[in-house]
Amino acid sequence: MKTAVYILSRLAQSIFALLCIVTITFFLARLAPGGPFLEEKAVPAHLMAQMNAKYGFDKPLPVQYALYLSRLVRGDLGPSFGNKGFSVNEVIAEGFPVSLFLGIIGLIIALIIGVPVGVFAAAKRNTATDYGLMTLAMIGICLPTFVIAPLLGEIFALKLGWFDVALWEDSTAWFLGALTLGLYYSAYIARLTRGSMLDVLSQDFIRTAKAKGVAPAKVLFKHAFRGGITPVVAYLGPALAGLIGGSFVVETVFGLPGLGQHFIKAATNRDYWLINGTVTVFAILILFMNFLVDVIQAWLDPRTRSRD
Amino acid sequence: MKPELNIRTEEIEKGSSLGRDAWLRLKKNSLAMVSLWFFIAVTLICYLGPLLPGVPDPNVTHPDLQSMAPFSEGTSMEGQEVYYLLGSDHLGRDIFSRILYGGRVSLAVGFLATAVSLTIGVIYGAVAGFLGGRTDSFMMRIVDILYALPFMIVVIILTTYFGNNLWLLFVCIGAVEWLTMARIVRGQVNSLKNQEFVEAARSLGLSNWRIISRHLIPNTIGPVIVYTTLTVPAVMRLEAILSFLGLGVQPPDASWGSLIKEGADRMASDPGLLIYPAIVFGLTLFSLNFLGDGLRDALDPKSSKD
Repeated sequence: MKTAVYILSRLAQSIFALLCIVTITFFLARLAPGGPFLEEKAVPAHLMAQMNAKYGFDKPLPVQYALYLSRLVRGDLGPSFGNKGFSVNEVIAEGFPVSLFLGIIGLIIALIIGVPVGVFAAAKRNTATDYGLMTLAMIGICLPTFVIAPLLGEIFALKLGWFDVALWEDSTAWFLGALTLGLYYSAYIARLTRGSMLDVLSQDFIRTAKAKGVAPAKVLFKHAFRGGITPVVAYLGPALAGLIGGSFVVETVFGLPGLGQHFIKAATNRDYWLINGTVTVFAILILFMNFLVDVIQAWLDPRTRSRD
Repeated sequence: MKPELNIRTEEIEKGSSLGRDAWLRLKKNSLAMVSLWFFIAVTLICYLGPLLPGVPDPNVTHPDLQSMAPFSEGTSMEGQEVYYLLGSDHLGRDIFSRILYGGRVSLAVGFLATAVSLTIGVIYGAVAGFLGGRTDSFMMRIVDILYALPFMIVVIILTTYFGNNLWLLFVCIGAVEWLTMARIVRGQVNSLKNQEFVEAARSLGLSNWRIISRHLIPNTIGPVIVYTTLTVPAVMRLEAILSFLGLGVQPPDASWGSLIKEGADRMASDPGLLIYPAIVFGLTLFSLNFLGDGLRDALDPKSSKD
């Protein structure tokens, strides 16, 4: 019962947050200097007025906002000015799955590498193994994705020929992209896991377990792991958000048709509805991830529930 | 007769300040100290190096001296002697000089945005933590909402507004980066505000603002310093990503990010173009992160090691 109330209140908060974000982006876009039609030079005044009227830009701002909201609720993100003849829904439906796919595969790679490395380093704390692994993780954090990506491409695609260099259809270049993202975040996750595992391992119940003669491996995986993994679970929401942002870089390097290219173009061309649509879709994804993470955390650690 | 006690009271009174203790602990951490000196050296070289005679203009092109090897010398069409410490790029520009000038931009942008985020985050967090109650939960709910905004995307949107002014852009990025700082400071202040020294300050009739600025904020300094040290490299990475995507520094000007981008485009024919700036950039971020880790251990003995 208490859990249900907690979940419902978190859901309500997420929806409220989404409304705030939609509102902020709407007014940011509408109050920005310049407009989507300024690109087409020397448009006669009456044509401009007609175009503004067609897209409802001649109405007072609150009315526009209300219209925008009612469109959003119906799932219509509006036309894309930068991609003539396409709606924002179509552009996003084409690019978003690619970015999301890269992000999710990247996250899986990051977890597969990061969590065991972190647990292992914590188990071997303050030994050469620990320092070596953590230095490696630090290098991973410091080398930006846009350095790793071309390097991976050079080595695995051009020199070794294991993967394709670029492109999406019938190509394996996506794996290098996901690997780039995964390596970067695995470094973060390894550090995070190590830190929280050390926290848990220094607690009394672990000492009790050890004193009772529980095998070290069992202490590590049965007693400490559940508590040690909680901060990593909490990090998954922000990580996925970051991964999708990072995928913009990877998409550029490997020529993958994700949202990145569209979004950067939209930003430079003031393609407002595409910008807002992208932000809305990403915000929904992030809020949903955070919501999911909170629910999982409440399940992992009952103490979190009583926090609010 | 009183027994003579040989105690120097002034020494007890003086004690050992947090800053001194932390500095002594930091000095023992050789990795952090090397990082500190490395970072200071890089900063000084980038800012003072170009003032030396013999460091060429980073944007002067020499069409006849393209892709020169490191440590090579050449005579340009104008009959000018040019010495390339790290070689030249595809337009005959001096790579070393470009790295120095690029470093100025990258570092300045990192400091600028961090300063802005520090100011906003510390004040916001301290006010929320101090006032507590409804104001606090309202202020922190705003932070929660802003957290759900995809950061990279917000930054790209900001470039549409301030794309033509890099400095303004990074002031704005600082204005978006303050969320974590606010959370840290708020947590600290929240746990400090019920302690006796705050009560003492209040009973002296000090104003809220004075208590926050003179008594609470100085006590949050440890975690704030640590997080600041980690924010600078985060912002520098961000600048590099933006320049890589073509949204940051515009050519012919350089930053480390734009240099790496140019290098990545020509990696096969001229690997030095990528490798040199990438190494400098990587090592600088490396040093800042290690320094941040070392400071965390030094300022917060509880969390250090195990």
